[in-house]
Amino acid sequence: MMVLRVLLRDPVAALGLFIVLFAIFVAIFANWLAPYPNDAFESHLLQRLKPPSVAFPFGTDNLGRDIFSRVILGTRNALLVAVAVITAAMLIGVPIGLFAGWREGWLSEVLMRTTDVFLAVPQLILALALGQLLAPGIGAAMVALALTYWPFFARTVFAETRRLRGSLFVDALAGIGASPLRILFLHVLPNAAPAVLVRATIGMGFTILTAAILGFLGVGATPPSPDWGLAVSEARQHLPEAWWFPTFPGLAILVLVLGFNLLGDGLRDAADPKIRRSKR
Amino acid sequence: MARYVIRRLLLALPALFGLILLTFVLSRVIPGDPAATLAGDAATPAMIAEIRAQYGLDRPVIEQAFIHVRQVLTGDFGKSVFSGRPVAEEILQRLPATLELTFVALLIAVFLGVPLGLFAALNHNGIIDHLVRVVSVGGLALASFWLAIMLQLLFAMELDLLPLRGRIDVALGMPPRVTGFVLLDSLIAGRFDLLMNGISHLILPAITLSLPGLATIARFTRSGVLEVLQKDFVLYAQAVGYGRFRLAAIYVLRNAVTLVVTQIGLLFGALISGAVAVEAIFDWPGLGTYSVQAIISADYKALLAVTLVVGFVYAVVNVLVDVAQAIIDPRVAEDVA
Amino acid sequence: MTSPLLSIQDLSVHIRGDAGVARILDGITLSVPPGVTMGVVGESGCGKSTLLRAVLGILPRNASIPHGKLEFKGKDLIQVNWSAARGRIGFVPQDPYLSLNPVFRAGDQIREIMRKHAQGTRKDHARTLIDLFRAVQLPDPVGALAKYPHQFSGGQRQRLLIAAALACAPDLLVADEPTTALDVTTQREILALMRNLVSDKGLSLLFVTHDFGVLAALCDRVTVLYAGRVVESGLTSDVLRHPQHPYTRLLLACHPDRAVNLLGIPGTVPAATQQPEGCRFHPRCPIARAACSKEVPPLTPLGSSHLVACPWYPDALPEQALA
Repeated sequence: MMVLRVLLRDPVAALGLFIVLFAIFVAIFANWLAPYPNDAFESHLLQRLKPPSVAFPFGTDNLGRDIFSRVILGTRNALLVAVAVITAAMLIGVPIGLFAGWREGWLSEVLMRTTDVFLAVPQLILALALGQLLAPGIGAAMVALALTYWPFFARTVFAETRRLRGSLFVDALAGIGASPLRILFLHVLPNAAPAVLVRATIGMGFTILTAAILGFLGVGATPPSPDWGLAVSEARQHLPEAWWFPTFPGLAILVLVLGFNLLGDGLRDAADPKIRRSKR
Repeated sequence: MARYVIRRLLLALPALFGLILLTFVLSRVIPGDPAATLAGDAATPAMIAEIRAQYGLDRPVIEQAFIHVRQVLTGDFGKSVFSGRPVAEEILQRLPATLELTFVALLIAVFLGVPLGLFAALNHNGIIDHLVRVVSVGGLALASFWLAIMLQLLFAMELDLLPLRGRIDVALGMPPRVTGFVLLDSLIAGRFDLLMNGISHLILPAITLSLPGLATIARFTRSGVLEVLQKDFVLYAQAVGYGRFRLAAIYVLRNAVTLVVTQIGLLFGALISGAVAVEAIFDWPGLGTYSVQAIISADYKALLAVTLVVGFVYAVVNVLVDVAQAIIDPRVAEDVA
Repeated sequence: MTSPLLSIQDLSVHIRGDAGVARILDGITLSVPPGVTMGVVGESGCGKSTLLRAVLGILPRNASIPHGKLEFKGKDLIQVNWSAARGRIGFVPQDPYLSLNPVFRAGDQIREIMRKHAQGTRKDHARTLIDLFRAVQLPDPVGALAKYPHQFSGGQRQRLLIAAALACAPDLLVADEPTTALDVTTQREILALMRNLVSDKGLSLLFVTHDFGVLAALCDRVTVLYAGRVVESGLTSDVLRHPQHPYTRLLLACHPDRAVNLLGIPGTVPAATQQPEGCRFHPRCPIARAACSKEVPPLTPLGSSHLVACPWYPDALPEQALA
């Protein structure tokens, strides 16, 4: 696609794409890449809290598990959670945005007001409040995160739909008798797709970060999951001696979120012709 | 202008009302019988029934909803399941700590972020520009809790330059409480030692908290200024001989600032979210640690109350932001029709 | 003869872009004596806007000036700096909607310019500005100072900009098709206004346009540009009545007022990065011959002040002058 080519010309966005693809690769082949794949659930107390060495590139944690392996395994968790959350948020938010944007009237208003309610509270707080209702764990965290993120999709799609609704080609289509559903799905949605894609990419980064925070606070992943946020939280008590313990999982979070953010930025720049021109 | 402010306030009300209802719905969705939970483990069915009547839990749902709304509006958030004290009181106790931290972080984010973004834009594609771009993207990807721990590791544990936790040294004690803000209260009490100590305790948490915000503001200032620099009126101003510094600092910035002001509203929300993790790490006695404690002890009343308070503060900030925007860019006030 | 106010000699401007170097202006020679109105006319792409930007000193970052002189009141702005000319050259831009900063009041913006380049105190400036607002026939001159740009109509904004251009008592006024964004009636009013102001104050005017009608009404002299080069220049009456260059003749024949021969000129203006060799018009010229693709035709004088850049002009089409 042309977008891909434009994207690759921007070194920063290309870096983001590379990071994301690399992470996906690591996640898929985690079990083969990790030197000690069983450290996802095994512990070796004799080797606890050893500093980085050739055998254990990132050192070991408080249960003697190889941090390098757990970081690799954690990539899978992070990506799966993020994909699930964003997909769910899209499945809720996009139809709502389409519907509310297309129709005028009280239902539209109610939907957008509901969106406002969810946006009235900062995400994390809402996720905490929601997550607490269900049994604590990664499942609850995912549901909570999806429920806090869908409004962003709804808003984006609503704005795009409203904008496109007033455009000439939609009028023309309606004029020749195309049904609203057809117009929405075959014409409006593809036009709104770039904005949704950008939002989704940035959402991935955001979800990974927030999921890590939830893991850290103990409201997300539970032991012995190799979740990065959980690892940092487990590391706290062993500071300052075991400096490697929180450093590497945290770096992993940083790199992956950075990758998604760079990619999302690059996509946004590539999709917006004004910005492209001004890059001269 | 006054009309715009009123309109803006009115627009915020439905969302807030919806939020109150939402918290009601959430509180009733909790599995288990609230009356039994309140009564405790050793309760007899008679006691449970009595508590149920006392709290109005046997009334029809709609009536319960009304009671809930009325309670919220009068500031009655119920009693904490964990401590038994009124939630409203506990929140009020802790609110200043969070506000002080958030406010200082906001100041750092704005007063460092805007100039950084401005210089980056004026230095487009130069070294400063690239540096600022890296910082802004990196700042957003940093997990605040991780950064907090790293900073603690470096400055507090290894270098022993800054305190590890808390708002003030335990040995010194807090200044007499007037506003609840350490910086203000120590000034009021004339205790400069407390003031300096309070500041040293604020440094690490505030910097940690401000970083994502700083990154965002620098970014948006940069792109805002870049966009303005492309505009025809800048070309015109250059042609007719506007002074270069004035052009950059005042003329261009005024236009770009509206974007930034919008960001401040969103930023505030992010700061409050971030405060939860940062407070947890630095043992900062604010709403963040209160929330974490509420989660651990399943104190749903406390958590929902925090949600409401945060939502309210957030809404107020957003109204203020919109009004500020209308002052800066007079077209905004007229668009509302 | 008094020395010209503005003297451009053999000016070239190159712009570096992704597609290569665009030789937007090539060897432009033009001069505007004091009190004279000079029109610069040509199709889009001929470089007239770039010429204006060069005069004003607001060329884009990727532009370079390989050679040429641009003298204003004796000072070479390229060598010295355009700051010598700021305030002494008034600029009336093309688009009144985009040229004013929307977040500042009209009066404040203009007075900021005056603060730097005009004499007098702030109160003097305010008074001068109100007088100017009256001269440009802005309704409510005093109130206009405090209004924001979006509170004026398009025609009013253009008047504002004319007033702003005159605010620092300039010697030269430079205008970039200032009426294209307006409706026809307003256009006529603005043009009449400009004509009166210029003659009342004895200013020189450099007026860029693509409209011969406007040119005829407003300018004493004219320079015709094609693809970055001067093809013909002289007194307006001479050039419009007796055009010599084949391009000028075809251009005049296309003028909508000439209902008789609505010829388009076949072909298109060449891309700035791919200019033809020799005479840049030769690919589209009806009287082109072999020599035209090899040598750049020099500007030759035809008595008085009429100059033509075509050696073969006598063979051109029958005269189709603008009456």
